[in-house]
Amino acid sequence: MSTFLQQLINGLSLGSIYALLALGYTMVYGIIKLLNFAHGDVYMLGAFFGYYTIKCLHFGFFGALISSMVFCALAGVLVEIIAYKPLLNSPRITMLITAIGVSYFLENGMTYLFTANTRNFPQVIKRVSYDLGPVQVSNVQLLIFITTIILLILLQVIVQKTKMGRAMRAMAVDPDAAALMGINVSGTIAFTFAIGSALAGAAGVLIGMYYNSIDPMMGLTPGIKAFVAAVLGGIGSIPGAAIGGIVIGFLETMFQSIGLSAYKDAAVYAVLIIILLVLPSGLFGKRTIEKV
Amino acid sequence: MKANLKSNLSWLLLMVVGFVLINFLVVIGVIDSFTENMLVTIGINIILAVGLNLVIGFSGQFSLGHAGFMAIGAYATGIMTLGGFDSFGGWIVSVLVGMAIAAVVAIIVGIPCFRLSGDYLAIATMGAAEIVRIVLNNMKITNGPAGLFNIPQYTTWPLVYVLTCLTTIVTVNFIHSRGGRAVMSVRDNEIAAEAMGINTTRWKLAAFVLGAVTAAIAGSLSASYIQTIAPSNYGIMQSVSILIIVVLGGMGSMTGTFVAAVVLGILDTVLQSFGVLRMVIYAIVLILMMVFKPSGLMGTNELSFARIFNYKKADKGEAKA
Repeated sequence: MSTFLQQLINGLSLGSIYALLALGYTMVYGIIKLLNFAHGDVYMLGAFFGYYTIKCLHFGFFGALISSMVFCALAGVLVEIIAYKPLLNSPRITMLITAIGVSYFLENGMTYLFTANTRNFPQVIKRVSYDLGPVQVSNVQLLIFITTIILLILLQVIVQKTKMGRAMRAMAVDPDAAALMGINVSGTIAFTFAIGSALAGAAGVLIGMYYNSIDPMMGLTPGIKAFVAAVLGGIGSIPGAAIGGIVIGFLETMFQSIGLSAYKDAAVYAVLIIILLVLPSGLFGKRTIEKV
Repeated sequence: MKANLKSNLSWLLLMVVGFVLINFLVVIGVIDSFTENMLVTIGINIILAVGLNLVIGFSGQFSLGHAGFMAIGAYATGIMTLGGFDSFGGWIVSVLVGMAIAAVVAIIVGIPCFRLSGDYLAIATMGAAEIVRIVLNNMKITNGPAGLFNIPQYTTWPLVYVLTCLTTIVTVNFIHSRGGRAVMSVRDNEIAAEAMGINTTRWKLAAFVLGAVTAAIAGSLSASYIQTIAPSNYGIMQSVSILIIVVLGGMGSMTGTFVAAVVLGILDTVLQSFGVLRMVIYAIVLILMMVFKPSGLMGTNELSFARIFNYKKADKGEAKA
């Protein structure tokens, strides 16, 4: 029982990271129907930026977290302007291939600049474990939950209460009508990318703290898993993405705890295929009807 | 048959001339082992890209799992030729086994996945290919993450050449058959095709299975040429590099795929010393291509002898009139 609870805690911290990543997927997909393949690589950029700010500029944890979020927001907007903006009206497959190209570019570009070696993420916060009866929680795990919750609340406020958030919601419903109502379409898209990428940057720094190792290819698999989380929660739904992320985190740690850790990635992909077949609109997504 | 006789004969002649030319160059020593290696790689890439182009360009189903089927072929050959089937006949049997397994896997993956479309399908097929890779990574018979080595070498350039021609002929004939027309109608408008009485799932699946089977052949060829295989060779990156060939050549153009595979194969060899930078260049080319010319080098056009002959005929007809 105690190992089960322990796995629950571990799953929750891993799941928080997937949730942060999944939000970026779901927001971008909700607005421009693009599966932003490069999102996982923005997370990698965030981890690397955090690594260098801590190592070379001697930032503290929060300094690294916030500067990396700002950096990733800029990177995300830059990618959007250079690669996706010229293609907004082209077929979705074209955009998907471009996104794959961007992902390939970021991975190989970083490998070229910083070599493919795995680095140890500097531990700016001394790891302390707290005994809570049957389970142990480390301060890094607590930090991950708390940061995720704060960011989720912030995001919810931005989306529900601000003018920009309303523009985002309007664009998700009907981009053409939103444009006719005088919404600044390209500004809103850029803003969405900035927010999503900032969350990915935060996730990158947090995972660096948690797993203690980063490399240029680290974004590929978590990126896909976070997409699975977004699909599971219902693409376009923000609470769905958060819950989907946590479910995927649990699933992964559960597979690990029953001794099938080699198959934990396969389990996530299998979940994806099953979800797409049984419940294509996810847990919280809206059902769409195919129109002729 | 008769209508296409002239152009078919021309293609056959081109294939034979190509073979004789390469053979001649090998005999007189212009093609050394380095260049031969490049030719074999190009040939294998053509087989892979032609299969993927059938799936993506002709049936319009965006699959990102081609490397998974390649892995199945490679492992079938690796395991069988290392385990008692160590002869050319055994190699052929192993290729057939790989093709059969790939076809079965493609059907199992395809039946559920083809209820999806677009980017969902891309992710689902990629997930399926990753599952194949993870299973290979954890089985005893595949020797886990270390992979198989010292696989006997049966792949030679003439074998690759012949199989490249054969798979292309089969694929192109499929495209020009009733099935091919059905597949293309699904690509152009799935709902209209269905209304015309086409069993869309069946034809999408047919294209997918044919693509998977050719990928397995390519996998067998490469395993028995490189002699070392490991699951990490068949990841998403491999699927993306095949995709790059298809996209650059033009989705829906077989001759475009040939041109792109040859150009990229030569570039690969020339840029070998650049290492990772080469991948960066490819990524930039891919993005620029999508931004400025999303249809690829050839679009959906083909270099075709039939068109040249018909053009001449039309010319003559006009001159008479």
